[in-house]
Amino acid sequence: MATSFSATLPLHGSQENRLLLPPIRLAPLPSSFLGSTRSLTIPSSRRLYHAHAARRSPVVGVQEVVKEKKVTNSLLITKEEGLVLYEDMILGRSFEDMCAQMYYRGKMFGFVHLYNGQEAVSTGFIKLLTQSDSVVSTYRDHVHALSKGVSARAVMSELFGKVTGCCRGQGGSMHMFSKEHNMLGGFAFIGEGIPVATGAAFTSKYKREVLKQDCEDVTVAFFGDGTCNNGQFYECLNMAALYKLPIIFVVENNLWAIGMSHLRSTSDPEIWKKGPAFGMPGVHVDGMDVLKVREVAKEAVMRARRGEGPTLVECETYRFRGHSLADPDELRDAAEKAKYAARDPITALKKYLVENKLASEGELKTIEKKIDELVEEAVEFADASPQPGRSQLLENVFADPKGFGIGPDGRYRCEDPKFTEGTAQV
Amino acid sequence: MWGILRRSAVDGGGFSASSLRRTRFALVSARSYAAGSKEMTVRDALNSAIDEEMSADPKVFVMGEEVGQYQGAYKITKGLLEKYGPERVYDTPITEAGFTGIGVGAAYAGLKPVVEFMTFNFSMQAIDHIINSAAKSNYMSAGQINVPIVFRGPNGAAAGVGAQHSQCYAAWYASVPGLKVLAPYSAEDARGLLKAAIRDPDPVVFLENELLYGESFPISEEALDSSFCLPIGKARIEREGKDVTITTFSKMVGFVLKAAEKLAEEGISAEVINLRSIRPLDRATINASVRKTSRLVTVEEGFPQHGVCAEICASVVEESFSYLDAPVERIAGADVPMPYAANLERLALPQVEDIVRAAKRACYRSK
Repeated sequence: MATSFSATLPLHGSQENRLLLPPIRLAPLPSSFLGSTRSLTIPSSRRLYHAHAARRSPVVGVQEVVKEKKVTNSLLITKEEGLVLYEDMILGRSFEDMCAQMYYRGKMFGFVHLYNGQEAVSTGFIKLLTQSDSVVSTYRDHVHALSKGVSARAVMSELFGKVTGCCRGQGGSMHMFSKEHNMLGGFAFIGEGIPVATGAAFTSKYKREVLKQDCEDVTVAFFGDGTCNNGQFYECLNMAALYKLPIIFVVENNLWAIGMSHLRSTSDPEIWKKGPAFGMPGVHVDGMDVLKVREVAKEAVMRARRGEGPTLVECETYRFRGHSLADPDELRDAAEKAKYAARDPITALKKYLVENKLASEGELKTIEKKIDELVEEAVEFADASPQPGRSQLLENVFADPKGFGIGPDGRYRCEDPKFTEGTAQV
Repeated sequence: MWGILRRSAVDGGGFSASSLRRTRFALVSARSYAAGSKEMTVRDALNSAIDEEMSADPKVFVMGEEVGQYQGAYKITKGLLEKYGPERVYDTPITEAGFTGIGVGAAYAGLKPVVEFMTFNFSMQAIDHIINSAAKSNYMSAGQINVPIVFRGPNGAAAGVGAQHSQCYAAWYASVPGLKVLAPYSAEDARGLLKAAIRDPDPVVFLENELLYGESFPISEEALDSSFCLPIGKARIEREGKDVTITTFSKMVGFVLKAAEKLAEEGISAEVINLRSIRPLDRATINASVRKTSRLVTVEEGFPQHGVCAEICASVVEESFSYLDAPVERIAGADVPMPYAANLERLALPQVEDIVRAAKRACYRSK
């Protein structure tokens, strides 16, 4: 199936590309790689790592393990879990919608990349993690920070550039860091977060083996389809598998890197296949379905905690808005957008909860209202917060401010109490 | 228009010589008004430069992220895919090291690539190829392999884009022998320097500025000609003066010109030099200017330590020391990664007031 899939792609540079082809060449392809309409059940993705199982015995295909623990009832979650998932996704969606409003009102500036449509991936993975597990993300990081536990107030203030933000206004939209919640960023360069995440996983293993501490922490690295053409991705897949690091590589394949379709930029677009090439399981899951994502995530996290090494999970998802708020989003076909809008993860979860009598419409409405109020309160808080003071410009450049050197009077510059009052002339 | 008026002058008969002279004078000034009022944005200037060079030489091709179907992340390469096709305008995957390397290899083999970085910050992922594969090759191969490649893209700070999108790379690239580093300001600079860069047989790092893309500048008829080219290594004196020399490049030229206006009100006549070329640096023009004014203020947006300003100060102190009447002044960006908060970002970049203050200090008009 994989080979036939590759053969139908018009490769760049062929004669067909002479004309400007409409961006959506995806529709006629038979594989369910794009536009899976499976109902909410245990993940039934067939294209799993099994070919190399004979050669590399310790790596087990995820599908097989999941099959073994046959659930006795047909429900995947309890009511409490369901409400937690629902609330988290609604928070992500409302927050991002509010960001768009605030940007157009001029309260936010620079580059803002919104996560609408991809909430199932963030919620599905991060709600399984503990506070001491780490998450590393890209510039599309607001919702990862929120799911990990950073308060909406802190994120909104950061976006407004206020001193009460999670990074005191110094980072901005693309650089959400929180030591307390082990949110390790927020990186502007794609692929940059993957080695950082691999390092965090390395630390976890080091703590366990060298420092003899009790450490079961795992790291989840989120990145997109465009990143999978970058060298750092492959270097880290290799090292993570080599050192058996407790990391999960999560590809949020939303099919587009700004205006570049995944199919136009990738020789083999099935990213999950790159896992087995490096000796780890590669899983493809429907990223518009939080329950499927959660099932796959559970297994991948357990693998990592047991010390069995990394997993590559490709989540097929979609961003409902443009790449950033400055992107006119002209290249994506309306039919493609409509197809994915119909698979909105929030609507799907709502339907599941109501149909399986896990929650009533009323309860869900209460949650939505609560989140609306929370987000509005976050905006008010951010608005009312002060901008960073002038003296903050020179703070936090170094952990040890002696790095600013010795001044003309022979003492360290940082020891002068008036040091941070200077400007560009310092 | 000329023709009609001439005919009326001839047919009129009653036109006296003086009125004819008046008419001709009016026509001449009308023509010069028409020529001077032609304006062009930097974006259009760059676009037209690439377009003309691509049509003149089929070995020139464009490569980068979003340069084709998206019409360019900042619309600099708009329309090129439709005009030249996907064999000459390549949308690459997000793999700077890879596509920069491919560009350099293509240049080794005789093609003339124009590689676009979405911002020069991303060039750090490819810097090995720019320095080791491109800059040093002509030397290492003793002249056998030259690399006629252009690396271009926005450089320096934009508005609120955070620490990883705001660094200025002029100093880094300008310190490497084998590279030519250019930084245009106006539309005419952009057109002339980019055309020169594409025609140049050596690797050129072309540092644009995102905030200048939309700005319009008057452009002369001569600059609109398709064979127009500016010399690499020659700075431009934007404004003549006699009290203090202020050198700068890229977006800061606009700030310095505003500062010069303010200084003129206070009786200080500033000579503004737009460097245009960071490597090779036009030391002759800078030194000649300093010998005339005896004071130097250098301005740049990048980090202060080991910056372009440092090099200019060193050059002036070495070559024109006895002409200096005041210590040389450097205005640079703050020695911190660019903060996101709007007020901190403003503090981290040189503003017009900072330049005015430094110039006055150099002229001993204030503390």
